[in-house]
Amino acid sequence: MSALDKSYLQYDKRRYGYDHDWYNWSMLGQREPVVWPNNKPLAVWINVSLQQFPLNQQGKPFKPPFGMTMPYPDLRHFSLRDYGNRVGIYRFLKLFEQQRLPVTYAVNAALAELLPVLLARIGESAAEIVAHGWDMDHMHTAEMSVDEESALMARVLQTLRQATGKPVTGWLSPARSQSWNTLSLLAEHGVSYCMDWVNDDLPYPVQVASGPLTMLPLNAEIEDSFVMGSNLHSEDEWVDQVTDAVDFMACEAIATGAGRMLGISLHPWLTGQPHRIGCVERVVAHLMANQDKIWFASAGQIVETFNKQQLSS
Amino acid sequence: MKPNPGYYDYWPYENRPKIIWPGGAKVAFWIAPNIEFYELDPPANAQRKAWPTPQPSVPGYSIRDYGNRVGHERQMQVLDRYGVRGSISLSTALCEHHPEIIEACKARHWEFFSHGIYNTRYTYGMTPEQEREMIRDSIETIYRHTGQQCSGYLAPALSHSDDTLDIFSEVAADIFGADSQAGLYTCDLFHDDQPTPIKLRSGRRFISMPYSLEMNDTIVYTVNKVTPRHYLTMLKRHFDRLYAHITIKSVVLTAWLPSKRRWPTSPVTRMFGSVLGAKSPNIIWPITMTKRSKIFRKGVALTQPENW
Repeated sequence: MSALDKSYLQYDKRRYGYDHDWYNWSMLGQREPVVWPNNKPLAVWINVSLQQFPLNQQGKPFKPPFGMTMPYPDLRHFSLRDYGNRVGIYRFLKLFEQQRLPVTYAVNAALAELLPVLLARIGESAAEIVAHGWDMDHMHTAEMSVDEESALMARVLQTLRQATGKPVTGWLSPARSQSWNTLSLLAEHGVSYCMDWVNDDLPYPVQVASGPLTMLPLNAEIEDSFVMGSNLHSEDEWVDQVTDAVDFMACEAIATGAGRMLGISLHPWLTGQPHRIGCVERVVAHLMANQDKIWFASAGQIVETFNKQQLSS
Repeated sequence: MKPNPGYYDYWPYENRPKIIWPGGAKVAFWIAPNIEFYELDPPANAQRKAWPTPQPSVPGYSIRDYGNRVGHERQMQVLDRYGVRGSISLSTALCEHHPEIIEACKARHWEFFSHGIYNTRYTYGMTPEQEREMIRDSIETIYRHTGQQCSGYLAPALSHSDDTLDIFSEVAADIFGADSQAGLYTCDLFHDDQPTPIKLRSGRRFISMPYSLEMNDTIVYTVNKVTPRHYLTMLKRHFDRLYAHITIKSVVLTAWLPSKRRWPTSPVTRMFGSVLGAKSPNIIWPITMTKRSKIFRKGVALTQPENW
């Protein structure tokens, strides 16, 4: 019987803290409390992903979740996703504009070229535009060279900055995909925060040599696509999960005297459907009913406020 | 392979002109009974397996056969009770297999549109000539058995080529004339809640008739694993939202799922009861799809953009 290589029983990163150098180890309860504006316990940001799923999906090195699944041309999934940019988003805009909520839009840069009308409309209304990669079929993985990834990232950021006239300093990768170089490249390209890692309920500093970078974890567990799209829970169950999370986080913040935060991640192709938009309205109604405890912010504002306090202390 | 099928231009949902339905109806409501035939022993297609287990794949085949043996009559009773005509998504070989079902639908003046020949024969790998032959066969079969000039298409098992919509329109025009009502619409696209114009290579007029795939019972039950009672809730919410915004509601029914419903207290019956019973007849206007396509094409009345 052949054995595994002896290196399989050697552990060269077995040490205090992490098996990587990207960020420091600490537990939430032991950190210096952050104080949000007006002493509000809970910072909430609404994150809407605007996505392009190409019909001629390559799916390398992996297929984008919620992308094409049938043989080409998968008109079914293509048009179901396109619905979000055409119909669903306008239901969102109507709701958010009516409630005057600041919304952060994570945009696939390809949409700047494909749907400039939509970008212009979003630009009017958005509290912030975040880069969401090129499109859902352009993952960032270790299969890319650092030069390829750098060129792709540059193209994404330049396209969005030019199209929107905004600084675009936040990043959410398609399918939260990353290579070994992504974090470093982000800082190099003038991105100040990233949402991909879901390992915390508060922002934390990332250690890359290329520049300052903050991780702003965007909660995936209550993301509409995770709960309803992947877990197939009902819309009502999703509302319960989100509102439970809001209530819990606000309570924890009040109990500990330390600010907490929650990102609510939405996809217009999913929750912009006629039978689901009412559930987004219920979530928003719950937020509004608790507005005395909530600081409604853009992602960037949360990062800026957090860093001002934490980095100087 | 194209990144985008290129069938339609971008048309934001907000600030659209208001569609005026006959009699000032707020919602055009249609039902698509899927009257389908899945073969026991279909030839293999390299791009898609017809059955999850080696043929004969008994559970899958027999539950679909249940639809034809038991389900259709139950479904028809519900639609009869509320005076709703079906726009049938038809596996056209069923005309030969089960003519009695076709006769019953004809007697009720339901519309027949093509859903290919069998739901186990996919468009994948067909040459344009083969796809043309398949589509022609389906259109001619409908005409031969019902006298109807097939206006609409929904690709079999939603399997398409880059030429599907063009071929459908061209074949229909070839048989019945370019100015006929044949080859007028597709249900294959789910990009919108309203009908939208579709660009064909021939320039012939063509419309996308949304089929609300997320309300399709097959998708609801077998893909999204929704419970029957929750399906009723979804249907009501879908309807109420679109009713409030004056547009179209469509519901797709597939007869082979009645084992999950307890007629007449099934979600669908209760939905019909609450929707059609509660609102007065001049508010909801159940129609067949060809009629709706014609009205949409005749022109969208321009009034102040309605609250959508």
